[in-house]
Amino acid sequence: MQVPSEHLLILAAVLFAIGVLGFLVRRNVIVVLMCVELMLNAANLTFLAASRQHSIPGEPNLVGPVFAIFVIAIAAAEAAVGLALVIALFRLRQTTESDAMQEMEG
Amino acid sequence: MDHLTWLTFLPLIGAALVLLTPSSAAQAQRMIALATTLAVAVLGVMIYRDFDSSILGAQQVVSIPWFEIRGGPAIRYTLGIDGISLLMVALTSLLMPIVILSTWGHIDKRVKEFMVWMLVMETGMLGVFLSLDLVLFYFFWEISLIPLYFMVGIWGGERRIYATIKFFLYTLAGSLVMLVAVIAMLYQFNSADIPTLTELAAALPADKQGWLFAGFALAFAIKVPVMPFHTWLADAHTEAPTSGSVVLAGVLLKMGTYGLLRFCIAMFPAAAVQWAPLFMVLGAAGIVYGAFLAMAQNDLKRLVACSSVSHLGYVILGMFALTSAGLQGGVLQMVSHGMSTGMLFLLVGMIYERRHTRALDEFGGIAHSMPLFAIFLVIAVLSSAALPGLNGFVGEYLILKGAFDANQTLAIVGVLGVIFGSVYLLVATRRVLFGPLNKRENRELLDLNAREIATLAPIVLFIVWIGVAPTPFLNKSQGAVDVIVRRCDEARALKLATVTADPADAAANLTTPTRR
Amino acid sequence: MADQLWLWAIPALPLAGSLIAGLLYLLGIERRAAPAHGAHDAHGQHSAHGDSAAHAAAHAAGHAAAHAAGHAPSHDDHHDHASTPNKGSAKLAALVACGVMAGALALAIKGFFALRALPEGSERVLESTPWHWIAVTGFQVDISMVLDPLSSALCLVICGVGFLIHVYSTGYMKGDPGYAKFFAYLNLFVFAMLMLVLSSSLLGLFIGWEGVGLCSYLLIGFWYAKGWPAEAAQKAFVMNRIGDASFLVGSFMLVKLFGTLDLSDIVNSIGAMVRSGEHTTELMVAALLLFGGCCGKSAQFPLFTWLPDAMAGPTPVSALIHAATMVTAGIYLVVRLNPLFAASEIVLFVIGVVGALTALIGASTALVQRDIKKVLAYSTVSQLGYMFLALGSGAFAAAIFHLITHAFFKGLLFLGAGSVIHGMHHEQDMHKMGGLRKQMPRTFLTFLCGAGALSGLPLLSGFFSKDEILAHTFASGGAYRVLWAVGLLTAAITAFYTWRMVALTFFGEGRYDKKHVHPQESPAAMTVPLMVLAVLSVVGGALGLPVVFGVAHALNTWLEPVIAPGRDLILARHGGEAHHLSHAVEWALLGLGSAIALFFAHRGFHAYKAGIERDEGLARKRPGMFGFLGEAWGIDNAYTQRIVQPIKLIAFVTYVVIDQFVIDGAVNGTAALARTTGGGLRVLTDGRVRTYGIWIGGGAALVVFFWIWS
Repeated sequence: MQVPSEHLLILAAVLFAIGVLGFLVRRNVIVVLMCVELMLNAANLTFLAASRQHSIPGEPNLVGPVFAIFVIAIAAAEAAVGLALVIALFRLRQTTESDAMQEMEG
Repeated sequence: MDHLTWLTFLPLIGAALVLLTPSSAAQAQRMIALATTLAVAVLGVMIYRDFDSSILGAQQVVSIPWFEIRGGPAIRYTLGIDGISLLMVALTSLLMPIVILSTWGHIDKRVKEFMVWMLVMETGMLGVFLSLDLVLFYFFWEISLIPLYFMVGIWGGERRIYATIKFFLYTLAGSLVMLVAVIAMLYQFNSADIPTLTELAAALPADKQGWLFAGFALAFAIKVPVMPFHTWLADAHTEAPTSGSVVLAGVLLKMGTYGLLRFCIAMFPAAAVQWAPLFMVLGAAGIVYGAFLAMAQNDLKRLVACSSVSHLGYVILGMFALTSAGLQGGVLQMVSHGMSTGMLFLLVGMIYERRHTRALDEFGGIAHSMPLFAIFLVIAVLSSAALPGLNGFVGEYLILKGAFDANQTLAIVGVLGVIFGSVYLLVATRRVLFGPLNKRENRELLDLNAREIATLAPIVLFIVWIGVAPTPFLNKSQGAVDVIVRRCDEARALKLATVTADPADAAANLTTPTRR
Repeated sequence: MADQLWLWAIPALPLAGSLIAGLLYLLGIERRAAPAHGAHDAHGQHSAHGDSAAHAAAHAAGHAAAHAAGHAPSHDDHHDHASTPNKGSAKLAALVACGVMAGALALAIKGFFALRALPEGSERVLESTPWHWIAVTGFQVDISMVLDPLSSALCLVICGVGFLIHVYSTGYMKGDPGYAKFFAYLNLFVFAMLMLVLSSSLLGLFIGWEGVGLCSYLLIGFWYAKGWPAEAAQKAFVMNRIGDASFLVGSFMLVKLFGTLDLSDIVNSIGAMVRSGEHTTELMVAALLLFGGCCGKSAQFPLFTWLPDAMAGPTPVSALIHAATMVTAGIYLVVRLNPLFAASEIVLFVIGVVGALTALIGASTALVQRDIKKVLAYSTVSQLGYMFLALGSGAFAAAIFHLITHAFFKGLLFLGAGSVIHGMHHEQDMHKMGGLRKQMPRTFLTFLCGAGALSGLPLLSGFFSKDEILAHTFASGGAYRVLWAVGLLTAAITAFYTWRMVALTFFGEGRYDKKHVHPQESPAAMTVPLMVLAVLSVVGGALGLPVVFGVAHALNTWLEPVIAPGRDLILARHGGEAHHLSHAVEWALLGLGSAIALFFAHRGFHAYKAGIERDEGLARKRPGMFGFLGEAWGIDNAYTQRIVQPIKLIAFVTYVVIDQFVIDGAVNGTAALARTTGGGLRVLTDGRVRTYGIWIGGGAALVVFFWIWS
């Protein structure tokens, strides 16, 4: 039996909400990055669910998976840059707290 | 290439040459700048000589396509000269070598950059006076703004940053309003050619002219500066190096009055007729107000700056009298003010270089230690106070005479400026030159050297020349001014007709031009 | 007769002389110029060329110290005579200056005879080629030199008295470091004065008008290092400028009315305009405005207060500019444009009242002055008042007559006073003089001639001119009888103070410090001009003998073509009848004038022959009146308090309150507003990633919300 699309979307919404909450609440930059990943993956789940919803049997809709792959690739790049920044920050400030970086305050 | 293009871009070539020299070769940079400006002056004199006063419109026109705006007019590189711009160009090209020569005394750091900025500025100013294309005009207008920003900001006095930012933002704000008006003009008439635009815009009904007039007028009024917009001037002058002040007073401010004449009055005569009373009031107020400001100053340079407000009030008063005498007087007064106030700034600079102060109460009795300086200062002061026989008088008399024909009360207020002008100028002269020589520093002052005499002597020559024989100068601009006066008279007649005659009949007279 | 090019030479000669003398002065001065390159200042020089600069500084200090000593405030006028002999260049300058004056005088005489050779009447005019000064569409100013009876008469006075004073100055200014400069200024003055009287156009006249003002400024402030001469010079210029502003407005009105500034055109068209009855008010206002200019230049109430202060200048300057020529420019202008002023009864009466009032103020103030030059200065104010009184009663020729005799006797008195001051080592206080007739006999005798003429002693020049004015005022009748009474009172006061001055200076005991001051007669260069002027002061009355003497009034006849238009207008107003006094009344007035002059001269002389006790007594018993008179009715103080101080206050308020606070406050306020707004908004960007996240999330939520909601 197939999992209904609604369930998938609800799961994606929950994941996204957890990600947003983590992004806003946590100060550790690594955790923040993880939360960003969580949000991206929630989006991926939405893409895949929507793709399946729009597929006709025997003729699968591939737009969703292609987008998901793009997002994964970009998320990887983003994680690499993000982690590099974290390392740079740690070298500079001996901390991974995001509040330690306020130099660009307006 | 033609004369006008050479004239406009020769300074830029000089600037490029200065850039090629090593930074340490200050003397070489000065000499290149001086040679360039002298060459421009020679070219200016040639153009002056070749000018044909019998042609009313622009002459020696050069026009090359520049670029096109999609859906808008073709922008051309168009230069040309008429009687009014001729006098302005002559003033600019003759004043610049003097300015460069004066920098020997007070610019000794970053000489290279200074000379480059000076030369770029000369191109900008000449371009403003020669442009016959609206976009080109705006381009040069902004170009001439930037060098002064650096001159005051880098080589200025103690409060230079404040003065620079104030001056820059103030004039830029005006320029941007003008940009809106420029763009509106381009799309309204689908042309950027100033003579064409003048014909088309002058035919607009008064209410439509009003907004465009206002857009241009604000920018020019700030530049002049007309009375309530003047506070940037005193700060900029006080902080600017001597040569910057001379250029600012001598030429840059004239861009404002020139713009008022060329655009506001010539293009929008109906609006000018409508708004003339306001501008005459502002001009007359500026005369008296500037004089009072000058009376209250202790800083000699600030005093001269305030006197500029007063003198430019005369120009505004005369121009918006919209009579032949008033306009001619205004044009001549622009030249005269460039000479006399420029000379005053040079003299203030010379004494500042020696004493490192400009406070009036630090001086006294200097006529004894610096007799030549005293003679030059008295000549400049008398020229500024409009003594008959010197240049200032001719312009002022014509202005006041023209203003009297238009509005007696305001002319009388302007005449009061004659009294107040003599007060602040003579008080300052007395406090600097006369009285006992009781300060040690003043006793040790050295008199003017040959270079300084060389910077002042040409100005004195013109002060006397224009004062004794102003007619040849007036004749040059007469044709261009007559055209403007005729337009204004027509607009005035039309206004009277619309008030008195049947409104429908009058509306039929107004042909509203649409996009061609 | 047009195209007399040589007429230009009359003013051009002094101008050339001025330029040459000025150049000679510049060549003669010791100047320390700054080095030719680089930024320079006194301190920089010390480090750069230690020795030479230090030497120069020491030299300067020494020089300045000597200078300061030479100008101790107690001293009168000028530098130690013996200290610095004049350089060759300075002597040459003096020679050139006197030479060009002689040349100008010769040309003026030539012009006079050329005019006389012409047939009598309105054709007696010589005109030079014009100079097209200003030309714009609809307004043109062409100036030519015009010699007519009036300008010719004034040319003779200016060049004649001017020449004598130039010669006198070679003696008086000897040893002054600014010797050549003095002559340059003096020549420049004569140039401007000649421009004033010879110009065909009102604006050309104005060149001279302001030019003489400038020279007056330069010469009053000649000894500027003392401070107060510079202030007096400034005051003179500014007060003249007030008058000039009025003059300018008047000229605008004339252009509007007549379309030209050509004097003869205006004079010729006024008659028709008056007869047509149009523009009466405009004509009146224009006349009053021009008269305002005359009040400034000719030191009339309310603008006379600069003239007494102008005595800070060297004495020859006081004689030439502030007695004989410049201050009479206002009278010249009124006579030149006489129909304009004669067109309105009100204008004439205003002129008469101002003249009479000024005459009284000046004379009464002269009564109590101690400074000999101040007495003469107030006396000049008073005599100028007489001239305006004459103009006010329509006696234009009488005004010119008094102008000429006044130029002789007042020039003489000033030069005589200069000779006394010179002999007394720069003492001007008459209380510190006395008995000088023995030491300075030539000065004394010539001074007597001048004093006699000024006080109107019978048969001297001043007697006739003053009598003519009073007779005309009397004849005008009506309210003019009051003015006549004021004039008569003034004549009495004049006689009194003149002989008080003579007594205090030349009679009684010497009240000076006899150990240090040894009065001596002045050199011939100074006394010869005195003698010439003394002769003129005595016989000058021959120019205009009263009708009752049965001789033709020479000056009246000569000036007839110039003054006829104005006189005709007045006559027309009175129905064609001139006021004629019977011979008996004329004789009675002459007798009354003589009696008053003799009586009060006698009183004045005897009150002060013995010494200064009377002054001291007066100051003790009536200090209020003494102070009131001494300060010229307190008018100058009132100006300081009511006008100068408020203007200073207004200037200060304008700068600080209006400019800095209101206008610049608005400008800076705009900037501050932008800054404050930005400052308020910056709390939104505190630099924390999470805050930005909230904004992004919140914004996204809002967008989604609105999207769904709509």
